[in-house]
Amino acid sequence: MEDLEQFRLDTREWLTANCPDSQRQPITPEQQYWGGRKGSFPSEDAQTWFERMRDKGWTAPEWPTPYGGGGLSPQQGRVLKEEMKRIHARTPLFGLGLWMLGPAVLEYGSEEQKQQHIRAIVNGEHRWCQGYSEPGAGSDLASLQCKAEDKGDHFLVNGSKIWTTAADRCDWIFCLVRTDPDVKKQEGISFLLIDMDDPGVSTTPIELISGESEFCQTFFDNVEVPKENLVGELNKGWSVAKALLVHERKLMSEMGSESPRQVLTPNEAAREYLEFEDGKIADARLRSDLADYDMLMQAVALTHFRTFEEKAAGMRSAAPMVMKYVGTEAEKTKSELLLAILGSRGLGWEGDGFTEQEIDTLRLWAMSKAMTIAGGSSEVQLNLVAQKILELPQP
Amino acid sequence: MALVLNEEQRLLQETAKDFLGSRAPVEALRKLRDKRDAIGYDAALWQEMAEMGWASIIVPEIYGGLEFGFLGLGVVIEEAGRTLTASPLLCSGVVGASAILLGGSEEQKQSLLPSIAQGELTFALALEETHHHRPNHIGVAASQQKDGYVLNGNKSFVLDGHNADRLIVVARSHGETRDTEGLSLFLVDGNAPGVTRTRTIMADSRNAANIQLNNVTVTASSILGEVGEGWSVLEPVLDRGRVALAAEMMGCALESFERTVNYLKEREQFGVLIGTFQSLQHRAAHMQSELELSRSVLLQALSSVDESPEDLPVMASLAKSRLNELVKLVTNEAVQMHGGIGVTDDLEIGFFLKRARSAMQIFGDTGYHKDRYATLNGY
Repeated sequence: MEDLEQFRLDTREWLTANCPDSQRQPITPEQQYWGGRKGSFPSEDAQTWFERMRDKGWTAPEWPTPYGGGGLSPQQGRVLKEEMKRIHARTPLFGLGLWMLGPAVLEYGSEEQKQQHIRAIVNGEHRWCQGYSEPGAGSDLASLQCKAEDKGDHFLVNGSKIWTTAADRCDWIFCLVRTDPDVKKQEGISFLLIDMDDPGVSTTPIELISGESEFCQTFFDNVEVPKENLVGELNKGWSVAKALLVHERKLMSEMGSESPRQVLTPNEAAREYLEFEDGKIADARLRSDLADYDMLMQAVALTHFRTFEEKAAGMRSAAPMVMKYVGTEAEKTKSELLLAILGSRGLGWEGDGFTEQEIDTLRLWAMSKAMTIAGGSSEVQLNLVAQKILELPQP
Repeated sequence: MALVLNEEQRLLQETAKDFLGSRAPVEALRKLRDKRDAIGYDAALWQEMAEMGWASIIVPEIYGGLEFGFLGLGVVIEEAGRTLTASPLLCSGVVGASAILLGGSEEQKQSLLPSIAQGELTFALALEETHHHRPNHIGVAASQQKDGYVLNGNKSFVLDGHNADRLIVVARSHGETRDTEGLSLFLVDGNAPGVTRTRTIMADSRNAANIQLNNVTVTASSILGEVGEGWSVLEPVLDRGRVALAAEMMGCALESFERTVNYLKEREQFGVLIGTFQSLQHRAAHMQSELELSRSVLLQALSSVDESPEDLPVMASLAKSRLNELVKLVTNEAVQMHGGIGVTDDLEIGFFLKRARSAMQIFGDTGYHKDRYATLNGY
């Protein structure tokens, strides 16, 4: 424990000395650095901050040092997070490589794959996107069709992936592909890494109800992928994917607290947009809804904290399995509440007449609808809880 | 803040589970109900519970207590919530003990706490005067007279009130009804002249009493805390009661939930186990997530009593409010998912449903606590 306190002091000192003032402000999407060959730094300070953190291995603080990670224990990692939060230090590097692929490669990848990809992720050289869903395989992911045929020294990949976030700005994609069409559907799937510069790979953006096009559809037309890009065993990709989905769900359940865009909280919005009488919000229904939301968020935050403590104590609990469902549903509740509080000020789509904050609130409301669909819909999450935790009989 | 139990607390939980499971299962409450037991709980059982130290979990060692703190209390009460065990634990061991601890003089502590710890003396808080929890709505008058006071007025919904040895009467010495100023807590002998107690039988087979106070004289030394400053004692005492009750509600919800999930695994309809139906699976999984959220809130609320009492008002309202909604959801679904058998008196699920409704009213319903939470947060 004493060591941890020392680590905290050292970390605090280092962060104070090394984090530029401009990197201690709330971050907007434009100010995030996602790395990759097509990426660029939003500012000089962002670059300095990124390089200093990278050199300490703190873009991936808990990954092993031989691959460029920080080698911190989970407890130290938490201290670092807390200390960064304390001075509002920005996350120096964003990306699915850090959040999802890296942990999977560290667990399932070959030594060569670790050498090739882990350091490139830590250093921000490669930006990754995820190729899971297909137009015909969303929640029923296992029915995917995108196929990789064994051609001796390489796989020949044909098919398409949908909801590939920012695929047009990524260097690599990790994909689930069908390598055996003749077995039970989960058993013929493999996990493949594909360089998006390879001939035959193309992407088109998809416009969403929020007006944004973060997502793309990605097409593979006779793409030749080297055999060594297979992670884990052939036809055993499902287990790699499942491990990775756990990371994705954890990430999504935590988004509420770390969402970069949400400049306005319902509490702040209430003060700005609602009438008060005798110190109380005059609209009793909105006051009650705001209390409900606040209580829910306090419960969610405490549960995140509890799951961490339980993990540290080596205890198993059901809490982590419900958090994707709980966290994303809470995000939707928040967006609906914000819209209700803003009233007609919350209907601005673009142009003058509305503040940037108001327009953002509406766009995020539309975006929030995706949270309970992406990464396994709420219904799929409930199925999982029913099966894995409650062990209810299956049809 | 600790959101996981330590080794000692887990051991206490095991002990409580074993003891209550064998000595005071739901069947014991059914028996008390069926014979219309005059006390409403098993006095011998309460004595055994006291011998194990449960009556004094939160009482400091110097007053003969176990000094195990609120997390320790929470695990025992939660187990009692699973078995719906009727006992003076909440009213005496938590509310009574807290009132004396927080408001009592050194002399009062020394004379009363050891008796509570040994389970010899029971307490009831005579607070409510309306049919909703309104702790500042006090009309019972305390008029000064010579070296003491005279109490006049009526109290309702006094838990354990019909047979508690001592009543803690919340009365008003000055100010208007609804003022928090001017309240005092008086220790009154349950059988003092002028005290008329009428037992009510409630849905959950527990005891509450209507109490008339007719020119009841008390000495100045029977006041807990300062005259007219009772609110500063009453509020934290109520918050402790709310948090402890939330633990009981957690046990009540968990037990109903587990019994229901087991039923889904064995009951067949339309030729299949009903647990295979997605509509039931989703509702069960939703309850699981609500249980998880409530679990975290409860642990934090319990530990805030001992570790950060400044957070207690917010945490108590959060815990009571969320647990109110949890037991309502889970007990309603439990009855519904059990189908026809769920509404029979034979099945114990109905006992949980009824206890949940009582617990939801005690020390404040959801509306009360949501309002308080919003006010405490400045909106």
